[in-house]
Amino acid sequence: MKIGVFICHCGSNIAGTVDCAAVAERASTYPDVVYATDIMYACAEPGQDAIIAAIKKHGLTGVVVASCTPRMHEPTFRKAVERAGVNRYMFEMANIREHVSWIGKDIEANTNKAAELVRMAAAKLRLDRELKPKSFPVTKRLLVIGGGVAGIQAALDAADAGLEVVMVEKQPTIGGKMAKLDKTFPTVDCSSCILGPRMVDVAQHPNITLYAYAELEEVSGYVGNFDVKIRKKATYVDWDKCTGCGLCTEKCPSKKSYDRFNEGVGPTTAIIIPFPQAIPKKASIEREYCRQFNKGKCGVCAKVCPTGAVNYEMQDETVEVKVGGIVAATGYDLVDWKVYSEYGGGRYPDVVTSLQYERMLSASGPTGGHVKRPSDGTEPVNVVFVQCVGSRDPSIGRPYCSGFCCMYTAKQAILTKDHIPGSQSYVFYMDIRSPGKGYDEFTRRVQEEYGARYVRGRVSMIYPKGGKLMVRGADTLMGTQVEVEADLVVLAVGAEASANSSALAEKLRISYDGYGFFMEGHPKLKPVETNTAGVFLAGSCQGLKDIPSSVAQGSAAAAKALGLLSRDMLDSDPQIASVSVNRCVGCRKCIEVCPFKAIQEVDMRGQPKAEVIETVCQGCGLCNATCPQGAIQLSHFTDNQILAEVEALCRF
Amino acid sequence: MSVLEGKELRIVGFLCNWCSYGGADTAGVGRFTQPTDLRIVRVPCSGRINPLFVMKALIGGADGVLVSGCHPRDCHYAEGNYYARRRLEVLKGLLPVLGIDPRRFEYTWVSASEGQRWQHVVSSFTAQIHALGPAARFTEAPEPARLGA
Repeated sequence: MKIGVFICHCGSNIAGTVDCAAVAERASTYPDVVYATDIMYACAEPGQDAIIAAIKKHGLTGVVVASCTPRMHEPTFRKAVERAGVNRYMFEMANIREHVSWIGKDIEANTNKAAELVRMAAAKLRLDRELKPKSFPVTKRLLVIGGGVAGIQAALDAADAGLEVVMVEKQPTIGGKMAKLDKTFPTVDCSSCILGPRMVDVAQHPNITLYAYAELEEVSGYVGNFDVKIRKKATYVDWDKCTGCGLCTEKCPSKKSYDRFNEGVGPTTAIIIPFPQAIPKKASIEREYCRQFNKGKCGVCAKVCPTGAVNYEMQDETVEVKVGGIVAATGYDLVDWKVYSEYGGGRYPDVVTSLQYERMLSASGPTGGHVKRPSDGTEPVNVVFVQCVGSRDPSIGRPYCSGFCCMYTAKQAILTKDHIPGSQSYVFYMDIRSPGKGYDEFTRRVQEEYGARYVRGRVSMIYPKGGKLMVRGADTLMGTQVEVEADLVVLAVGAEASANSSALAEKLRISYDGYGFFMEGHPKLKPVETNTAGVFLAGSCQGLKDIPSSVAQGSAAAAKALGLLSRDMLDSDPQIASVSVNRCVGCRKCIEVCPFKAIQEVDMRGQPKAEVIETVCQGCGLCNATCPQGAIQLSHFTDNQILAEVEALCRF
Repeated sequence: MSVLEGKELRIVGFLCNWCSYGGADTAGVGRFTQPTDLRIVRVPCSGRINPLFVMKALIGGADGVLVSGCHPRDCHYAEGNYYARRRLEVLKGLLPVLGIDPRRFEYTWVSASEGQRWQHVVSSFTAQIHALGPAARFTEAPEPARLGA
């Protein structure tokens, strides 16, 4: 083999702490290395051209590039060597940037380490074999998990482009958090007026199948061919018969259920249609509040239902679908603000969350759009908004900024003035974060036009006094203590990854960060892809974002999914396991450990042997480590190759 | 290949591509400074790691071996790290039998987002190996007494 080695400077990123020329010089002494050089930017066009020229000039049959992480540019360089006529798998990378130059300051140690990593890569390359991908057919159907605005956008874009879409929503209606909002910033247009029609589009689109009140149970398979199990939770109402007339919700005698859609602002009935614009507009029974289930007798809803849709015997049902790609759009939840005892910890009825306030402002909410104090039903005059409740607070493990609270608080202050002209809003803030089109102007407008008083400082405590709430805090601009007598306090509660997001990530085999947000493939260049092929992200499940960004990401995820599923056939990664039939003893151990059922038993002249189904194998190598005979080997990561890397380091 | 005299010891890492290798990348991108002793071998999954690799490294002169994969339940291949955990735990128990200090071998779980955690893992493991000092070379060991001699 004739190996060429290219040591990238990456400007000063690598060359700053690694002597690249010295590494190249040492590399030229390694076995089979016939050419070694250092290069300014290997990934740039001149760099790639230099690699191609060297391959042709020196007749190279394998290439090592020492530069950044292979997770970044391995595909780039594979394409480059292929352009020069070398099989793309006759290529190895040594990561001398993320793993060397960026983490060590000692030039001598870094240079030595880089040279050793190159030696390992070259040793592995000597045992590489040319590989060719196989192609396999694609299921042209997309699964969208989550029916919030991001999921809706992804589903509609994909469906409009002709893809079949299956949407799964865990609540009985789609719409997500946006459906709960009264108005949106910075236009103050009605949230349900812009979202409602899109929800209807989802329901009526011939290409979209909606499973509301359903959850993802299990995902198996791989890109292009995922097998998905969806559990439709029992609603105790036959949705094929339910017309959404609402008669059952009027007659239900159990009127003290927690109203999840309205954030508990008012009680509701045990059988509910979440809100008038719900999609699907169907009733469902909240079992824990239902008299029929708790006391064994009632049956009022069944009696009044004109279509006989109520069925107390209903069971959860599992549906299986095959999809080619998946978009996760599971959104966010609010932080549990009750950990803040200084804000009452939930003891004061007139301290409400921003989302509860949103429901109070909404004309379709439980108060009919009239802002009332929950304690006595009177209209408040002084309304205090407290920002960053559960955001930017390391003490509760939420050091990040939720991103949208500054803006919705400004909007709520404007709406407060619109609803109650004689009111006065106070906003306690840390910093006003309003980067976005028209956002900063909006936060000025609320102060200049609507007279909201912005106080820069934290609230130290809220306590009741004579039917009012005393809000005590600092004004850090004035350097004084301030105290406001409030009728109503609205907490701008921060957001966190939605409950059970980590469990979903584990089902999808995607990564998540320490807060439970899903990890994108690359923070800059792959914002909607994940490291699991065929799984895409949209909306706040990837990181908190406002409506415009969520919609943009929904469209982006749809575009990526369409790019994948517009093809009839996909190329499989040929870095997969293969069996040496001479060594295989047919013990079936590999068949048992394979997570993808990619190994089958075949009969070879009366002998049982293992055989890898090439387009199903995902290249994890579990079988390789399990095989007692070493008969099954993972191409490109064979035992000999890994041992060659070890030996390049440890030879005594 | 010998280590930098007086500066480093020989530490070999086996990292899964999806979580820990990514975590090491994240640490690099964040410029989380680490000791320079560690050399990383990238494998697709911690379940790909044959305990033989660890033994070959230790017998071949490594002063320490570190294995890192995805957190349990978060494996890119669904269950690879469970197999890894069992194998590596058994291996750790066997090391004293072979006369190898089990503190020379550790396995851990680091996700792709945990750059800072990776810095901590590398720093503390390197410190642990430096505290133990260079491993005894197997070539230096006396000939085993012959059975029945």
